[in-house]
Amino acid sequence: MRNLVVAEHDGTHLRSASLSCLTFAKMVASVTNSDVAWLVLGHGVEDVAAEAANYVPVIAVDSPALAHPLAEPFSQVIAYVARARRIDVLSAATSTFAKDILPRAAALLGGTMASDVVRHELVDGQLQCDCPQYAGAVTATLRLTGSPQIATVRASAYPAAQAMDSQAHAVEQLQVVPAMLTARAQYEGLKSKQKSRPDVTEARVVVSGGRALKNSQDFERLVGQLADVLGGAAGCSRALVDAGITPNELQVGQTGKIVAPELYVALGISGAVQHLAGMKNSRTIVAVNSDPEAPIFEVADYGLVGDVYTVVPELIEKLQYHAACATG
Amino acid sequence: MKILVPTKRVPDTDQKIVATADGTRVAVDHIPYVINPFDAIALEEAVRIGERLGESVEVVAVGIGGEGYEQQLRTALATGAHRAVHVVCGQTLDPWNVARLLRAIVEWERPQLVLMGKQAVDDDASQTGQFLAALLDWPQATFASRLELQGERIRVERETDHGIETLNLPLPAVVTTDLRLNEPRYASLAAIMKAKKKPLDLIDAEKLGVTIDPRIEVLRYRSAETQRRCERVRSVDELIERLRNQVGAIV
Repeated sequence: MRNLVVAEHDGTHLRSASLSCLTFAKMVASVTNSDVAWLVLGHGVEDVAAEAANYVPVIAVDSPALAHPLAEPFSQVIAYVARARRIDVLSAATSTFAKDILPRAAALLGGTMASDVVRHELVDGQLQCDCPQYAGAVTATLRLTGSPQIATVRASAYPAAQAMDSQAHAVEQLQVVPAMLTARAQYEGLKSKQKSRPDVTEARVVVSGGRALKNSQDFERLVGQLADVLGGAAGCSRALVDAGITPNELQVGQTGKIVAPELYVALGISGAVQHLAGMKNSRTIVAVNSDPEAPIFEVADYGLVGDVYTVVPELIEKLQYHAACATG
Repeated sequence: MKILVPTKRVPDTDQKIVATADGTRVAVDHIPYVINPFDAIALEEAVRIGERLGESVEVVAVGIGGEGYEQQLRTALATGAHRAVHVVCGQTLDPWNVARLLRAIVEWERPQLVLMGKQAVDDDASQTGQFLAALLDWPQATFASRLELQGERIRVERETDHGIETLNLPLPAVVTTDLRLNEPRYASLAAIMKAKKKPLDLIDAEKLGVTIDPRIEVLRYRSAETQRRCERVRSVDELIERLRNQVGAIV
């Protein structure tokens, strides 16, 4: 069984979620006694390919036409490589990139796909995948029929793969015919968010704010600052996105990002099922809410009933004091 | 122009969803069905395009499923769709086969734009729109939070993990809709009455020349366990102590 992992990167580095997907692929490979390769697509991706080669061999397709992640050329190249190399299992970490491109590639290859795999098993050489459904209320075990089998993999469900210390693997530069790189969709630009903090999907600590936060200044002063003190990412519930207080990239939940950090701090979040779907697998969950009956407490390890406007400044101050004592 | 809006009939996920004890299915018998909320957003957007551009726009809602589907399609008509097509099919369908049936409908109806939800809130797969775009060999834009029709093209702002991306696509195209695109209206009583007279065509799935070819078999369902015992702490000091002593997560 041959396994191919589509690497997601920022032009310079692999995204850490891809390393979790690589673990999935290596687990499949070890059971089926087969091999794993990366597929790195983009323009000017020598650095990414070199980094990826520290893990497993790399197939790289480098072209100006792949400078932006457009679904048409990306899916055409992925499907071509999967066919040419007789790939059995094609995967990528769940993200808006993979959710856009991988299903399109899957359809070009014949339509066998599982989304957001959190656990898998090989039974008689066939992949069986656990996939969350109904906003995580239910987990379905799916058997995929047909080949190749394609999966997006939830990064928080698999540990990141470790790089080899010995020599790097080979990078194969693959040329494809220009027709495969054509896109009718034109890329016009990306309004990216500020990068002062890590992404919620990549941080060990996530501090999230909900409806109790009244405006973006308060969000920054309370949620943002606590995130900084804890060296973590700032996130939010859908309520704040809908209210225009925070950008959608910060949203944790069924329609936002799914996270499972070591510590998740929910500030003024009531705990709608859509939000819980995005964070309930975090290792430790702390909830601060003025309503003692808020459902967020049902998934929390530690709960403090109180107003975030008084609790959080005190928490920040005391954590800073502890940190100063520890270093001083 | 014609806009086709595929809709999925799903259990209302504001209700508590659990697997049956034997794990063979999701216990939905007591739960009302609704149009998948993301598809409702797609429908609303199509209706608004129609309201802006006038009578040249025809909005056609499509539903694939058993007899119960008529109610949701009537709701779609009451929301502003001009016509509805009910593809009658009793089989359980995975996204691949839904996309194949939709391709047949698209080839019959020949819309310039297919607008649909980015995912269905039951299986959360987020595959069907992309599958359909590939099967039709049309350009796609997923997770749209803003649309602008520009003659024979459509400009789409997309919600990505790294910010808002803007694409410009020639029509015909498949666009899937994200939450922030709009807030769907509620149908007025007058609209509900009027919708009863709007055309709702029935087509037997078999007549579309698509042989259902399942790619996914659900072996079992199980309810998620979220059993944590929440320890209530009384003060910030107590919280910090717990985190430092018991978690070690504080850096």
